[in-house]
Amino acid sequence: MTTTTAAVSTPQPAGRPLWRRLIGFNLLAAVILGVGGYYLGWFIGHQISGKSFAYQENSSENDVALLLAYVFGVVGFLIGLGFANYPVSRMLGRPASLREKEEEGVGRYFGLCTDHKVVGIQYLLGIGLFFFIGGVNAMLIRTELLHQTPQFVGPGQYISLVGMHGTMMMGMMTSGILGPFANYFVPILIGARRMAFPRIEALTFWLLMAAGFILTSTIFFGGFPTGWTGYEPLNDQAVMGMDSYIIFFALVGLSMCLLGLNMLATIITMRAPGLTWSRLPIFVWSVLATAVLMVLAAPMLVATLIMAALDRTIDTSFFIPGGGGSSYLFENLFWFFGHPEVYILALPGFGIVLELLPVFTRKPLWGYRLAISGMLGVSLLSFFVWQHHLFVSGINADLRPFYMLSTEIISIPTGFIFLCAMGTLWKARSTLSVPMLFCLAWVFNFLIGGLSGVFVSDAPSDTGTHGSFFTMAHFHYTIMGGLIFTFFAAIYYWVPKMTGLRFNERLAKLHFWLMFIAFNATFMPLFALGLKGQPRRVSEYASNLHALNVWVSISAFVLGISMLIFIVNTVYSMIFARVAAEQNPWRSKSIEWQIPHPVPVNNFEQIPVFDSDPYDYGVPLTVAGTQPASAGT
Amino acid sequence: MSSRSEPVAEPNHARRFGLIWLAATVVATPLVILLIGPIMPPGKATEQAAGQVTDNTVLLGMATPVLLLVVLYLAYAMICFRQPKGAVLEGPAIRGDARVQTTWLIVTSALVLSLAVYGTLRLLSDDGAGSGSGPTPLTTPKGPKLPVQVIGQQWAFTYRYPTYGGVEVPHLVIPKGKMIELHVTSLDVIHSFWSRQLGVKADANPQVDNIAFVEANRVGAFDVRCAELCGLWHGEMFDHGRVVTPAEFETWIHQAQVTYGPATKALPPYSTTYLPEPTRRGG
Repeated sequence: MTTTTAAVSTPQPAGRPLWRRLIGFNLLAAVILGVGGYYLGWFIGHQISGKSFAYQENSSENDVALLLAYVFGVVGFLIGLGFANYPVSRMLGRPASLREKEEEGVGRYFGLCTDHKVVGIQYLLGIGLFFFIGGVNAMLIRTELLHQTPQFVGPGQYISLVGMHGTMMMGMMTSGILGPFANYFVPILIGARRMAFPRIEALTFWLLMAAGFILTSTIFFGGFPTGWTGYEPLNDQAVMGMDSYIIFFALVGLSMCLLGLNMLATIITMRAPGLTWSRLPIFVWSVLATAVLMVLAAPMLVATLIMAALDRTIDTSFFIPGGGGSSYLFENLFWFFGHPEVYILALPGFGIVLELLPVFTRKPLWGYRLAISGMLGVSLLSFFVWQHHLFVSGINADLRPFYMLSTEIISIPTGFIFLCAMGTLWKARSTLSVPMLFCLAWVFNFLIGGLSGVFVSDAPSDTGTHGSFFTMAHFHYTIMGGLIFTFFAAIYYWVPKMTGLRFNERLAKLHFWLMFIAFNATFMPLFALGLKGQPRRVSEYASNLHALNVWVSISAFVLGISMLIFIVNTVYSMIFARVAAEQNPWRSKSIEWQIPHPVPVNNFEQIPVFDSDPYDYGVPLTVAGTQPASAGT
Repeated sequence: MSSRSEPVAEPNHARRFGLIWLAATVVATPLVILLIGPIMPPGKATEQAAGQVTDNTVLLGMATPVLLLVVLYLAYAMICFRQPKGAVLEGPAIRGDARVQTTWLIVTSALVLSLAVYGTLRLLSDDGAGSGSGPTPLTTPKGPKLPVQVIGQQWAFTYRYPTYGGVEVPHLVIPKGKMIELHVTSLDVIHSFWSRQLGVKADANPQVDNIAFVEANRVGAFDVRCAELCGLWHGEMFDHGRVVTPAEFETWIHQAQVTYGPATKALPPYSTTYLPEPTRRGG
């Protein structure tokens, strides 16, 4: 193995004045250039479209200006962060600066940093911020639904809230596990010192942050009425807030695609000696399966949104029936991305559960190969099911039996994951630590999500449930119950490694139980509400559904409180209490717990050599009654 | 810490759990079907809704054993397979079991394939089971049908009866015991015509004639809602319709032709789809 020269960090001269430290390529410069770019784009947009498109006269609407403003703003933002430095200096023939990695201190977190561990923590905080905003939207939605008719916000604001909640969650949380945990731990788990493309890694994070702020800015432009699906022709009809949605999702798509590409390149090419495919941790396999989906599905989204943007600005008619386009085309293209997207959300969760169960059951992962085939099977099949979202739309009605079949077949590989989880629990020595509790909750939640999926995947049954709260409950069970629960499992499991600090156990347990109970109390009744006739995304519903809606809203507020407990715990444990975590609190045999923390900049002094998978737990069956030497302590 | 004595002291977990699950399934599955079956939405007001009730009940019956298997297993594992307090014991190093894996694969595949076959048969035998089946449905019911057009626009549904001079009315009225052929279309954005009691849902796409079949078998009122987000007043896009006897229907439609006749004359002639107002596009 060739040894790379360790980047010797040059400590910053102590006592530099604050103003001196603020100058340079960092978040401050990025914001200033971003705002400058925004106004430049706005100005240019008005110069172009104010003159040539009579369509926009006499209205305050100028989609060209806003779209250009966003694009220029993002470019300015990235230049301010320093993303242009490397290519520019290479083009000028100067030696490229590696400053991004060498700098130390808190400043690293507020700029372009190519250390995958810094990017991981940046992702965790950044995504956490937008997850919080999405969650607040959900609370506002439930507050409105306390009433049968719009009382708290108007109907327009209500659908904007619904759209922002859905788009924020579906957009930002696609990187919910891959962003923080795969960026941080995949290089360590495969024995590498960095990701394959460290600058692209940083770019994916900052693109996502720009996207998040752009989506939030929709409130200044009237919001958008389409929900996260952005269906045409409503999309074309909508006010300027729709452009925020378009740019948001296009940036998320770009970020997702680059993230996937980076993961694929890293996992395929940078594994340490001895880390064969059959020794790869199952979490890394799940990241691989997700990355394939990201690379293949996200470009479709970006292309679709560019077409939508052209429809909105220069009056093309890709999706406008009156001009020769088709509203079906958008639905088709969107869901061709959209269905893989939901597995992009679910698959990393599978990986987390199967990665953590062996540690807490003190048993090897049961059915390692079966789990891999399950993940790859889900990944492959997810490209063949998209029209099940369109069972009642009248599109290709003759193909419904096929989509029913392909959708139901996808439960076979998903079933593998359940079998592996259940097999690992068999005759286990389980400790119900907080991460373990979240994993067990995943088994329950995803089961409910999967079984309700059987109803919505059945075309006759879907006639009743399509577009109703039943479907909404179904995908909250799979996404919130599947992704968010495992997201928290990963936080409680890995953040002590990332920060070197431990969480308050009691608050963590309180968080879990409150969240689990409130989650089920919120979403279980939604199945009944849907079957009784409440459609999604409406602020008015029949009077006989009022009592149940009030119950759901109150449960949702309790769910919100459980999230506040998590925030309190995080702030308390990470800022005030600061109790150092043990070196290996879970007695894991995985490599990330064997290296010192804080993890050195280059992870390993020497590239490790692997001779087994990380699931070497348990009493070997042949030597009954003996305790392996490495267990315990 | 003491060393663990392998299977000797342990009960036969597989047999014990198997019996628990079997007993629970045998008791719970019929119970669930008998208790929830009769109140299963969407009710039996139409042939299509009744068909969906059957589907939902069958799916529920198939889902119950699976639900019990995983939930009971989870509970069993949390009770029986625990780390003793304070101990740091290791579990047995079982890395898989070919027999269990093969059985699981065969059973889940059989379940899943039977679901798909069942769903397909129901879809075809019920002529789309009340769902929007596109402009050329794969199967159509035999016998005479009454065509009714459903037009979605922001933010109301209107209905035209092409066999009665294309008269357009603001509320849907259909005769009992007659196969209705709904032609769902839109004038602007995508809507979705949903009547829960009728067991009908069909998206209204502009420039698309989406056909669904429904036959009501009892007289009464039903709800109509838009089930696809269509803009500002999507939430208010609801309305009520009536199922009446054929004789009442004839009286009503002749009255409607008188009442709405003048308004209908101002409308474009009946057509399966309508071109929305001219756009500035394509130029």
